[in-house]
Amino acid sequence: MSSVLYDVPGPKARRISLIGSIVGSLLILGLLAWIIMTFAQQGIFEGRRWQIFTRADVWMLLGNGLGATLSAAALAAVIAFPLGLLLCLLRISDAAFIRIPTRVVLEFLRGMPVVLMMLFVLLGFGTSPFIAVVTGLVLYNSAVFAEIIRAGIQSLPKGQREAGLAIGLTSFKSRMLIELPQAVRRMMPSLVAQMVVLLKDTSLGYIVAYGELLRAVQVMADFLGTQFLFPIFFVAAAIYIAINILVSRIAVWIERRGSKKAAGGVAKAEPEAAEAPVP
Amino acid sequence: MDVILENLPLYWNGFLRTLFLSAVSGVIALVLGTLLAAARVSPVAALRGFSTVYVEVLRNTPLTIAFFFAAIVLPRLGVKFEQFEIAAIIALSTYTAAFIAEAVRSGVNSVPVGQAEAARSIGMNFGQVLNLIILPQALRTVVPPLINILIALVKNSSVAGAFFVLELFGYGRQLANANGDAVIPVLLGVAFFYLLLTVPLGILASTVERKVAIAR
Amino acid sequence: MKAFMTRRKSFFVAATAALALSLSACGGGGTDAGGDPSVAAEPTFAAGTTMEKLASAGTIKIGTKYDQPLFGQVGLDGKPIGFDVEIGKLIAAKLGIPADKIEWSETVSANREPFIEQGKVDLVIATYTINDKRKQVVSFAGPYYEAGQALMVNADNDTIKTPEDVRGKKVCSVTGSTPAATIVDQYGAELVPAATYSACLEPLRNKQVEAVTTDNVILAGFVDKEPEAFKLASDETFTKEPYGIGLKKDDTEFRNWINDQLESFEEDGSYKKAWEDTAGSVIKTAPELPEIDRY
Repeated sequence: MSSVLYDVPGPKARRISLIGSIVGSLLILGLLAWIIMTFAQQGIFEGRRWQIFTRADVWMLLGNGLGATLSAAALAAVIAFPLGLLLCLLRISDAAFIRIPTRVVLEFLRGMPVVLMMLFVLLGFGTSPFIAVVTGLVLYNSAVFAEIIRAGIQSLPKGQREAGLAIGLTSFKSRMLIELPQAVRRMMPSLVAQMVVLLKDTSLGYIVAYGELLRAVQVMADFLGTQFLFPIFFVAAAIYIAINILVSRIAVWIERRGSKKAAGGVAKAEPEAAEAPVP
Repeated sequence: MDVILENLPLYWNGFLRTLFLSAVSGVIALVLGTLLAAARVSPVAALRGFSTVYVEVLRNTPLTIAFFFAAIVLPRLGVKFEQFEIAAIIALSTYTAAFIAEAVRSGVNSVPVGQAEAARSIGMNFGQVLNLIILPQALRTVVPPLINILIALVKNSSVAGAFFVLELFGYGRQLANANGDAVIPVLLGVAFFYLLLTVPLGILASTVERKVAIAR
Repeated sequence: MKAFMTRRKSFFVAATAALALSLSACGGGGTDAGGDPSVAAEPTFAAGTTMEKLASAGTIKIGTKYDQPLFGQVGLDGKPIGFDVEIGKLIAAKLGIPADKIEWSETVSANREPFIEQGKVDLVIATYTINDKRKQVVSFAGPYYEAGQALMVNADNDTIKTPEDVRGKKVCSVTGSTPAATIVDQYGAELVPAATYSACLEPLRNKQVEAVTTDNVILAGFVDKEPEAFKLASDETFTKEPYGIGLKKDDTEFRNWINDQLESFEEDGSYKKAWEDTAGSVIKTAPELPEIDRY
């Protein structure tokens, strides 16, 4: 796509672009160097501050935190996805008395901060922090999944549904057999990207004292002393980014696989549906 | 219920702070996100690379960590703010910009190739193609997802409560602590004020979506 | 009236039984060599009381803070330590429950009352200030300690001595906490809210806030860790924060029994030892047990 937007650059444009790229890269490298120098001056890279990472109990706690993060995210995703499918079907139902209440519920779920829902579940129903975190994530993300799948169904050519109905399928069967499978496959990248958001949102569990990764980090910094705050947070940020990029890569891989599979079909005939994940 | 009515001024203060944070961060994020999306499809390799790295890193960072960097790491680098709202706005807008860039980019990709080819064939350069032909069409298709991102931004501003800014959720926690006998009503009050912002945005999104659907 | 009489009677039976046990089991200093209090051997309580239920279950659920240095702070092994925790262990020991049979759970400020009401925890020992509003939903044993609000400033700050000095200035405290409300409502400071008290340290160090405020004992813990960076604005406190032990509302037998135990801890020296093992490492003056509020 990008190549259509501009001419193949000539030698002069290439030279300007190259110079610009070098200058820009140097600027960014300079900025990074300045940041590192400033930190070094404040003693953040001193060995004693990083020695804590030789301790087994530090890694145990980080590991436990990571386990708590992943288990909450996995359970929430496993529940939220089918629930999202169901909500999507209700949302596009032909019957107004189903469609409209579902829409109200979806608007409500999408409009509430996840932290508030977690706190509400914890206090209102007296659940464990784990259940509160999972429920909060499920409520919000099932609504987002529903919207993503709905966008996928709407982006399908009309003929898909018409053909389904024409061969005598009921409306429900046409949705289940013809439209949903295509919509889900088409929206797979968005769905996986939303899973990344879900995974990150487990960090909001601090509000209900759920012992996930970020909470473990905070506990550690409090316990060991503030001089370890920066090293611990840098390590935590690196862990989060690494895991999330891994999940995103899986999304790209699925996308490629999906498009190969669909090459002979219809999915790529239409422009890619625009549905971005919601932070 | 009394507890909500008695503390209406506090709720209102919190509501205004949340509105302020969301509005300012939203505008900055829209501008920054569109620039990033433009950089992503530009002819300059360094811009493409920078934009890609920015979006990948920020999208994969939990918001709380973004807040930590803006509110605690930046001051260590000598960037000190008189008002912590600035840190919150930096965190929210840089984070949200990554999502907006992604949404705008998929919008750009959704514009049929023929549009760009037609524009190029009448002699437009990259800037003109993007500004006059692609972005206006792309923005229209991405308006619903953009509004969804803005809804998320309103809700995400609640994280600022843990990073030195008193907003709606922070006032809610304050009230919950002071009224241990009425925690649930207090939180319902907080929910109401959030919905006051997010539900109209949601309705706007679906209205725009319907309008755009006809144009397609 | 008759029901009242029997309840009173069973309470006395329980109290005398417990007192007798505490004299026999905890006569020698109150703690064993391992550091945990020695456990009462098969204490007996009147049937139907909370003490009896907990003792026969052999376990107790206690909620405490996980982020208050010296009082309740979780270690790297996931177990909380601090003065609140020691008090919890002492009470459990009197019920015949060893320290490793206590189920600790973290309470944050907002969930202390709901947790007690819903029976998620049997006791809350979590730097929990007794006040009238809270008494409407939960009951309090104690107080077992009386803290007071204070201000912490940078070591080179000589302008802030009293809370009157922070009027209109930025002061950091935890979102929704009682000290935060006090400094704003009574002294007109501008609140900078944080998630935990330790999160306030960076803004203070960077001079983005003028002071940090909460109970003196918590601040003392920070000053102890970094005496070259921080100091208390003054040794005087400007509020009284009697810490109580929260339990289910109107469980008067249990409340009275805990109050008796607190007094016995004072007598047999285990109260002092609990202090010295935890907060006493920083705050040298050991506290007296405040007068029990037997409302």
